[in-house]
Amino acid sequence: MLRVAIGLGVAALGVGALVGSERAASRQTGSDRVVVTYWEKWTGDEMNAMKRVVDAFNASQDRIFVKYLSISGIADKTLLAASGGNPPDVAGLWSDQVVQFADAGALTDMSELAKEHGIGAEDYIPAYWNQVVYDGGLYALPTSPGSAAIHVNRALMPPEYDTPEEFPKTISEFDRFVDKVTRRNRDGSLETIAFLPRDGWGLWNLPHLFGGSFVEGEKVDVNGPDDLKAWTWVHSFAVRFGVRETQSFRSGFGNYSSPQNPFLSGKLATYSDGPWFSNFIRLYNPRLDWFAVPFPYPDGRPDLKGFTTLNLNTLMIPKGAAHPREAFEFLAFVQRQPVMERLCKDQRCNSPLAEVSEEFFRTHPNKEIRLFDRLARSPRAVGPIPMGIRNQIGSEVANAVDLMDLGQKKPKQALDDAQTRLEEIWAKYRRQVLAR
Amino acid sequence: MNARRNQRIGLLFAMPWILGFLVFLAYPLLSSFYYSFTSFSVLRTPIWIGGENYRELLGDEVFHISLRNTVLFSAASVPLATVGAIILAMLLNTGVRGMAFYRTLFYIPSLVPMVALGVLWLWVFNGQYGLLNEGIKSTGIAGPPWLTDPAWSKWTLVIISIWGTGNAMVIYLAGLQDVPQSLYEAAEMDGAKTLRKTWHVTLPMISPVILFNVIMGIIGSLQTFALPYVMFPGGQPARSTYFFAMYLYDNAFLYQRMGYASAMGWVMFAMTLTLTLLALKLAARHVHYEGG
Repeated sequence: MLRVAIGLGVAALGVGALVGSERAASRQTGSDRVVVTYWEKWTGDEMNAMKRVVDAFNASQDRIFVKYLSISGIADKTLLAASGGNPPDVAGLWSDQVVQFADAGALTDMSELAKEHGIGAEDYIPAYWNQVVYDGGLYALPTSPGSAAIHVNRALMPPEYDTPEEFPKTISEFDRFVDKVTRRNRDGSLETIAFLPRDGWGLWNLPHLFGGSFVEGEKVDVNGPDDLKAWTWVHSFAVRFGVRETQSFRSGFGNYSSPQNPFLSGKLATYSDGPWFSNFIRLYNPRLDWFAVPFPYPDGRPDLKGFTTLNLNTLMIPKGAAHPREAFEFLAFVQRQPVMERLCKDQRCNSPLAEVSEEFFRTHPNKEIRLFDRLARSPRAVGPIPMGIRNQIGSEVANAVDLMDLGQKKPKQALDDAQTRLEEIWAKYRRQVLAR
Repeated sequence: MNARRNQRIGLLFAMPWILGFLVFLAYPLLSSFYYSFTSFSVLRTPIWIGGENYRELLGDEVFHISLRNTVLFSAASVPLATVGAIILAMLLNTGVRGMAFYRTLFYIPSLVPMVALGVLWLWVFNGQYGLLNEGIKSTGIAGPPWLTDPAWSKWTLVIISIWGTGNAMVIYLAGLQDVPQSLYEAAEMDGAKTLRKTWHVTLPMISPVILFNVIMGIIGSLQTFALPYVMFPGGQPARSTYFFAMYLYDNAFLYQRMGYASAMGWVMFAMTLTLTLLALKLAARHVHYEGG
């Protein structure tokens, strides 16, 4: 009996010691450096690119040691860890989570820390900076960003479209181009489609291309006249190629990061994606001859020229982090121009910083990097929906467009229904989350 | 004195399990029941809102769609998988040579992780180059776009559910091998042929095993998550593959509505319990227990 009790006691002590040592290890190394735990979503080349930055930071001083961990499902895990009172000191999330996480009280406002380090809006491209500030607070700092451009497979272009200069500039020119480049097999099935506005990256923001948006002031607005114009244009592709034919054609698309990617396999002649896509081209179809161009703009609306969707990887300090000041020192290190440029170049992205060296452009592995940089600086560059219910907006609008394409609802009806549902969701969110 | 001491020692030995049950099962279970009556976004203190989450579920169109999808999937996949597994087990029970090999072969698929399975099936059901449509094309018929047409997407998952019948098949096989040979001999003496023997001897004798597998099948199918989550992100096309567990997950982690997700979890629990009790009640007249 006594032995059993002693055994159980020893086991309990063992578990306690394990838990204790984990906590202790998260604070200090043998050299008394403060250990900053950093969770990041990346794997592979992207993870290694940030690993080089972390190593450089650890080597640059002797007070702080950043412990870098690649974590899957990072958003859920960060949220749950914060809820349990033991979050990482730094979390590498996306900018589209800033608003929702800030509303949930999951993030540290870094405004004061940024001021102390002399970091401010003037250091960044405005459309990127706008993604990390919310409701008067600074909740993240940028790492590698992206902007969307249309990638063109030159081999599938007729001579009149095979240079960036000759590529269509307006929507009506683009529509004619789509008809001309799309090819069918002898049995009438689709062989190549010039462009599909629902396949590619950054296309959820298409209402902005026509002057619309998802938000008007503090209200959800997915069914305004410009939104309707945009989604009707998107829907017109299903109409012109046939719903069944398009379904059949799209069902042949393989995974994004594979040689069966519809653009890399030649099924789509053009494809919207960010600067990192050049890496996938290099990996899966290195012989592909391509160039990139901006999106076309609606006829008679040159003011809408320069549309692009932006995304941004960010570093956040979760609420309750053990070492926010030390964590911010690491964040500030990443913001230095040479460090940021190296990271972005290694990840084949443009830089979020206002100032970019000529060396960065000259040595960048993406030959179109100047275009991506130019688009990010455009006044028509659009980031994520700045609302805590952006996931629900995305889901409802995607469903509305599905229903249009399937012929189950007219575009106006589909958008009106989505609007009604989203208004209810927004009202509830304001009552249950924002009012607290 | 001795009895009390024995009781204490017994409790001490059972303590790891009791503690595990209390900490990892009872506490989360009771907490989620409480949260289902609150507005709770994980990090903020939950606020009591009474039955609002449950009332909202009644009028939530997406909840109804996900529920309908789940029930339809369950109604189609459970009978299909049950019949498939029984037939497979019966075939393997005919004394075929190398039975151990076939048994292993049919069981292996149920060991493949769901995510890997999802990627594999994406290839099989690829509308243009998939193995399935290539096979159908050889008969002169064009196969449907399984993954992109809402009329077919749910059926794609139903067909895939048959892939995992190996697990049930092994249990049926064990049940079949327990059927006394004397019953078959008696039936043969009465002139019964294969079909009659199956209907009047085999199926009644393995009916408890069928009931067990059906109940497990219902529970499993109502909780379907990983496969559609991998194959049809967001329940596309047009939410035709948006299942109950996917909507629950989205509410909990994507929309950070943990209270609402908890309410959904309890609705799922009530549904599963009701269907299980219903199955037990309906089975009472048809299930034959050898012992009583």
